[in-house]
Amino acid sequence: MQDFLFYFLSALTLISGLMVPVSKNPVNGAMYMILCLIGTAGLFALLGSYFMAALQVLVYAGAIMVLFIFIIMLINAPAETKRKRDIPSLIAAAIAFLMLTVGFVMMAMSPELNQPMPALEDAETLAAEGAIPFDGSAKSYGFGLYGKYMLPIQVMGFLLLAAMVGVIHLSKDLHARSQAMLKVKENASE
Amino acid sequence: MLMSHYLVVAGILFSIGMFGVLLRRNTLVMLMCLELMLNAVNLLFVAFSRYNLNLDGNLFVFFAITVAAAEVAVGLAIVVALFKRKDTVQVDAFTEMKN
Amino acid sequence: MTQSDWIDLLVKAGLGLTVIFSLMTMAGMSVLAERKVCGFIQGRLGPNRTTLPLIGSIPIIGRAITRLGLFQLLADGIKFLFKEETVPGHVKKFYYNLAPIVVILPSLIAVAVLPFGTYTNAEGVTAPLILANVDIGILVILASSSLGVYGTVLAGWAANSKYPFLGGIRASAQMISYELALGLAIVPVFLWANAPGSDVALGLTGIVSFQESHWFVYLMPFTALLFLITLFAETNRAPFDMAESETDLVGGFHTEYGAFKFGMFFIGEYAHIVFGSALFVVLFLGGFNFLPMLADPWPAGILGAVLSTLWFIIKTAALIFLFIWVRWTLPRFRFDQVMHLGWKILLPLAIVNLVVVMIFLAIITPTAS
Repeated sequence: MQDFLFYFLSALTLISGLMVPVSKNPVNGAMYMILCLIGTAGLFALLGSYFMAALQVLVYAGAIMVLFIFIIMLINAPAETKRKRDIPSLIAAAIAFLMLTVGFVMMAMSPELNQPMPALEDAETLAAEGAIPFDGSAKSYGFGLYGKYMLPIQVMGFLLLAAMVGVIHLSKDLHARSQAMLKVKENASE
Repeated sequence: MLMSHYLVVAGILFSIGMFGVLLRRNTLVMLMCLELMLNAVNLLFVAFSRYNLNLDGNLFVFFAITVAAAEVAVGLAIVVALFKRKDTVQVDAFTEMKN
Repeated sequence: MTQSDWIDLLVKAGLGLTVIFSLMTMAGMSVLAERKVCGFIQGRLGPNRTTLPLIGSIPIIGRAITRLGLFQLLADGIKFLFKEETVPGHVKKFYYNLAPIVVILPSLIAVAVLPFGTYTNAEGVTAPLILANVDIGILVILASSSLGVYGTVLAGWAANSKYPFLGGIRASAQMISYELALGLAIVPVFLWANAPGSDVALGLTGIVSFQESHWFVYLMPFTALLFLITLFAETNRAPFDMAESETDLVGGFHTEYGAFKFGMFFIGEYAHIVFGSALFVVLFLGGFNFLPMLADPWPAGILGAVLSTLWFIIKTAALIFLFIWVRWTLPRFRFDQVMHLGWKILLPLAIVNLVVVMIFLAIITPTAS
């Protein structure tokens, strides 16, 4: 059963991932991206991290992609029209893709990594020194995040604050505002 | 499943993302392929975390998702600001600093 | 896949279909309840004339069903099924067909993690009746409501016309704004239930078993009120139904939709209402517990399971009545008022409420070693 799920989910992820750069209409690409993210969340759940699977769907597929879809629809970018075939760029991209893929596959087939996943029950004994042993419950995530990684959590808070301030500043139309203020100054000085 | 299977899936996903960034000229599609690459790296983190029976890999995925969210927000704000100036999102149009 | 694997899968699929069927039935009955209750509030009777030829003339029962309007439900369903499906020529075909499905899916997915009854077997071991007793129950519910935003966005955009697009964008902007306050209103419940040393984690069965002594609705009433208000906004329900107001945007995001697809939007919205009410009952009103101090008078075996499920459904129906009552009493907000309320009033209030509950819990909880 697990094997069947793994093949199905990885086929879903890879095929929809392939359609994201290939589709002409950006909205179609965004829909394929959502499907890819849900497939990845399924792979997370197969690997025993149910919390991360739910979080991936909640944050990535449920908030980030909604933002993408809003922007694509509001910008109303038309589908890519026929532009002249950029053959050198296509060949370069294909060569890079093949090199990277072949490199990954060869590295993955090495004997150290070609092992089955260890059983979850030996988590306590097999975990490294100073690391948190693997546990699928939400409690251990809480203890890990707010215990060992307390500082990165606070830094994430500041990062999100900085991102919010940046986005608010970037979406102000400063060009139009400065033109309007110049006009006001002109009218005032007349 | 074997560890190598997860590695191959994540590797191909990463290569597809890179292929998309190199090939497409639409800024929004390029941003989406960037997100594909980040997603592939998240998959790798979780796979290795399960392989080494170590929860730290999963916790790092948490931070990677948060950073991706912040980056997408700022990136899209930049794209919208660029669209207001030039009325297009094709990367080829933004060549004002050339020569 | 072995034989027992297949049987296991089929049994689970059958149970899932049963729960989905009951959810859809409750959604249909809440459509009828809305029309009757709205009629009574406005000083008139609701639908009370639709009869079937033979069954309607049974002496007492037939007339009672007719006056209650139960045949109207059947008539509406058959009408939606058989009406001619006109698809305008200018829509984007694939997303036009996909949007109603995406609107219905979130409630159907998330109902798998709601505990709706309890079952005591012969040895005295009690177990909650739930389809999927996962550790992260509330995250599944929040994730599925995040995915529900896509239905409205796609429906508005697929219609390829100004008014539905605007309605779709407004409805989804409202949904994503109130999701934040919704999540922040749920956190104090889990803070309280997760005393140090308990293993409730984020699951809903733990919340229900924690409420065997006291219900959260009077332990933290402000949180319950906050959750209720954001639930009204999440389900696009008055007074927050700007997106579908007939006076403003024709039909909102479902203008271009015809017979059966419009029926699916309709049923999807009511299924969301039923699911939201059930979630409120589980989180704040004690789930299937009988009364605040008398949690478990249910007899053992199947009878106890049926009775506890019936009590849960009665509580959910009371909350659906509250939804309908509020809709036909309050006027609707303007869209900028909705946004102002969501971001500038409810979100700070939710954060302040969270901090107050945290301080209160820090004072009254004995510190664990």
